[in-house]
Order: sequence, then C-alpha cells, then structure tokens
Amino acid sequence: MGSVGAKEIPELIGADGRRIDGRRPDELRPIRIVAGPLHRADGSAFVEWGDNKVMAAVYGPREVHPRHLQQNTKAIVQCKYNMAAFSVDERKRPGLDRRSQEISKVIAEAFESVVFSEEYPRTSVDIYIEVLQANAGTRCAGLVAASVALADAGIPMVDLLPAVAVGKVAGRIVLDLKKEEDNYGEADLPMALVPQSGRLVLLQMEGHMTRPELGEALDLGVIGCRKIYDVMKQALRDRYAAGSVVSGAAFSAAGVAP
Amino acid sequence: MSEEVTAEILTTHILELARSGRRLDGRRPEEYRPVSIEFGFVTSADGSALARIGETAVVSGIKLEPGKPFPDTPNAGVLTTNAELIPLSSPTFEPGPPHPRAIEVSRVVDRAVRASEAVDLKRLCIAPGEKCWTCFVDIHVIDHSGNLIDACMLAAVAALSRTTMPSRRFELGEDAPLALAHLPMETTFCRLGNTIVVDPTFEEEGAAQGRLTIATDEVGHVVAMQKGLVGAFAPGEVKELAEAAFRHGDKLREAVRGGTRP
Repeated sequence: MGSVGAKEIPELIGADGRRIDGRRPDELRPIRIVAGPLHRADGSAFVEWGDNKVMAAVYGPREVHPRHLQQNTKAIVQCKYNMAAFSVDERKRPGLDRRSQEISKVIAEAFESVVFSEEYPRTSVDIYIEVLQANAGTRCAGLVAASVALADAGIPMVDLLPAVAVGKVAGRIVLDLKKEEDNYGEADLPMALVPQSGRLVLLQMEGHMTRPELGEALDLGVIGCRKIYDVMKQALRDRYAAGSVVSGAAFSAAGVAP
Repeated sequence: MSEEVTAEILTTHILELARSGRRLDGRRPEEYRPVSIEFGFVTSADGSALARIGETAVVSGIKLEPGKPFPDTPNAGVLTTNAELIPLSSPTFEPGPPHPRAIEVSRVVDRAVRASEAVDLKRLCIAPGEKCWTCFVDIHVIDHSGNLIDACMLAAVAALSRTTMPSRRFELGEDAPLALAHLPMETTFCRLGNTIVVDPTFEEEGAAQGRLTIATDEVGHVVAMQKGLVGAFAPGEVKELAEAAFRHGDKLREAVRGGTRP
C-alpha cells in the first residue's frame, strides 16, 4: 500500500487473466516450511514463501520478563516481529518501529486465542519472528512460521494457525499478494484461520472492497488457509517422521563445505 | 537470565575433559567445527551470505546507498557494521537496545574489516566531500551455538566478497562488483584451565577462563585482536595462538573463495 502517485503502474492482471507472476487469481505462491531448524530454541520453523524468507523461534513456557506482566492464572503469549535491515529494498533501520509493534501485538493475540494458556500459569511463551527477506505477506508468513514453531516446541494449542493475505488487484479478488500487487493493488486483507472452528483470529484490511468483494475475499482466504494448513502439517510430520528427529533440519541448500 | 549460564556441573565436566585434551563434542583442542557458506541467501540485499560454524548460523546482508562522506575523510566512503544478537537465536538474548555483548561483536568485526582495508573506502567515493557510498554490513545471528565473533566475521566477509554496487538503482552508472582487497578472518580461542581450545561452543564459552580473538589477513598480518571474558593469557601463548589463527583463518578464507557468484 501507499505508493500513491507512482508513475509506472505495472499491468497486474493480463488479458489472459493471469497475474504478474503468471499465477491464477486463486493460486498461492510456492511455499516451503521446515520445522525445527534452530538448535537453541524450544521450537522453530523456517518459511520460504514466494520471495519471503522468515524464521520463527519459540521459547517457553518460561519465566516472565518483565515480571509485572506475569498472570497468576495463565501463561502470557509475547511476540516480537522484526525485519532485518537487509530484508527490504531500501535498508530498514534496525530497531522497533510502530508497524512492527502493531504486527507483534495482533500476532500475539491470535496465538493467545488458541494456546491452552491456563496450563502454564505465571509463565510466558515467547515468539520471535525474524523477516530475513520480504516480499509482501510477511506477517502471514511469520504467523505460519510461529505456529509451526509453537507446535515444534510442544505448546498445547487448539489448532495450527494458517494465514494468508487476500487482496483486490485490477478489480479482481486474488489470493496471496506479492509485492507489486500489494503496492499497486486496491486492497489487502491478511487473515489467520483456526481450521477446526473455521474462525478467524487475525483479521486486518486496508483499501477498498464492496460487500460482495469482501465476501468473496473471505471465502478465498479460507480456501487458501486450508491449503497452507496441509503444508504446515506435512512440515511437522516430516520433522517427526520415524528416525528423522534430528535437531537442526537444514533450512537451506547446503553451502560450500571445505 | 541475562547472562549465558553454563551449569556448574557442566563447567566442571568441560574443565575436567580439557585437562586430558578432550572436548564435550569430541573435538581435539585445535579442531574447528565444519564450516559452510551459502552465498546470495537474501536477494533483497546487494550481497549476502548464510554462514554456519557447526550449529551456529549467521546471516549477513550488505546494503549500499549514496550518502555524504565524513568531513575528515572527504575522499572515502562510509562503512558501518552492525551485529544483531536477536532473541530468536538464544534463550538468553532479550529484546531491547543492543546488549554490550552485541556491541562488542559488532565492533570487533568492524575493526578487523576496517584495519585490514578489505573494503577500499576510496573506491566508495562518488564526488569528493559531496557524495559517497555508505556500505551497511548488517549481521543477524539466528542460531547461537558459540563463537559468534568468527561466525559474524565469516558471514560479513562472505557477503562483502559477493556484493554488487547498485549504481543503476541510484542512477550512478552501471552496477559493478564491490571487489575486496583482502580477506580478513577472525579466529577465537578459549582457555579451559591449562588447555586452550579453538572455536568454542557456547557451553565452552560459559566455562572459559578467558577468550582471545585474533584477526588475520591472507598476506600474513594480524589486523585485530580482542581479549574477552574474565581470564588471562601469557604473551607466549598469544604468539602461539597467532600462528594457529593464520592456519584457521586460511581455511575460512578457502571457504569464502570457494563457491560461485550467484
């Protein structure tokens, strides 16, 4: 969003109905999830989704810092979403900014909605999301990574939380926006679904949609989330497949080993 | 929880093993963990690398943008190194302003890159006194299993070695490789009683009675050093370790030279 006045707007939907990267309107970008790639975290996951690369780690349930946030009847869920300086075209200054803080808050609240927090009173479940490479949809990629990381950490939850952004591009409702579609499209609607209940625990929207378009977008998002749900479950199955419970699953192609 | 805690019983065990030249992970004192590098890991950066030393993993991304030279160096560009010890990478790292530990890593890496003149800052000058390239070396530790200084340096130099100056993006001509003049590398040692080990794991760092980092270049210069943690080294030990630092540094340099430009 927010590129009003940009001079050259690329053609976002071609005459053949295909999108800028050749996808159909209801098609996801390629998504790859690796559960448990980190060694020090209690749970972790790496998500490569289109041109996004996101790592998530979970620590806990553990002592609450700062102490005054401690709750006597349940665990709290804390989240820090952070973008690496080199993750975007124009270098991002390291440190907290308002966007990251807002995203951290809505993601923490989404997870607090599904974690059985009353099982661990006076503790904190800490979620860290690091965006290493960004190309639209990082909060959804971060949420998916964090969800798999929570499962990897063995935190009891109602369900995994698949997430995806739906948008409106050149008048069409499309699934899983990439950067150009996010920048020049008419609307962006990220959501996270609890597959078991069919309810949404993260929902944001920016742009313009008619009521019918909103309905179409929500339906498309749910379908997208269910596809991502399958990939998430498979990542966890792969992690715990017989004999392959090793810490530090490779999350990238091996480099040069001297 | 703000400091790395190695349980006393583990510390005792590590020191006991060290007395007979053994280590927790089965390595010999002078043995480095396996090293690997993936170049071009982050395509949004002008140069990048994912470097691994054993279970330690570090991503570095380089960004260049036009800026203003410092008044006292009108003919040189600006180089900035920043290491983030993000809480994702270790149970003891907390969110918030940089911990002195992160600042130390940043500065030790920065010092070695700068002192070795690996990046020719004069080549980053665009218009003397007016305009120059600012080169940001951002380092993200994502898995901390010890020896962050060496890993951060390896990632940074690997990323710099494959960096493209994005001239076209800023309408300053054609893109060109940054081209490094030298390949500096850090080698870190820890004292465990009378034994000195190279490339410590985080458990060994927790048990260490002193840490020494020696940065070397490929033509035989020591370009930076840092003694850290509580403990001491004898001058004779430092001389011996410098010799070892060149041997290990050369292996790390080989890893950076290997591989192809993405």
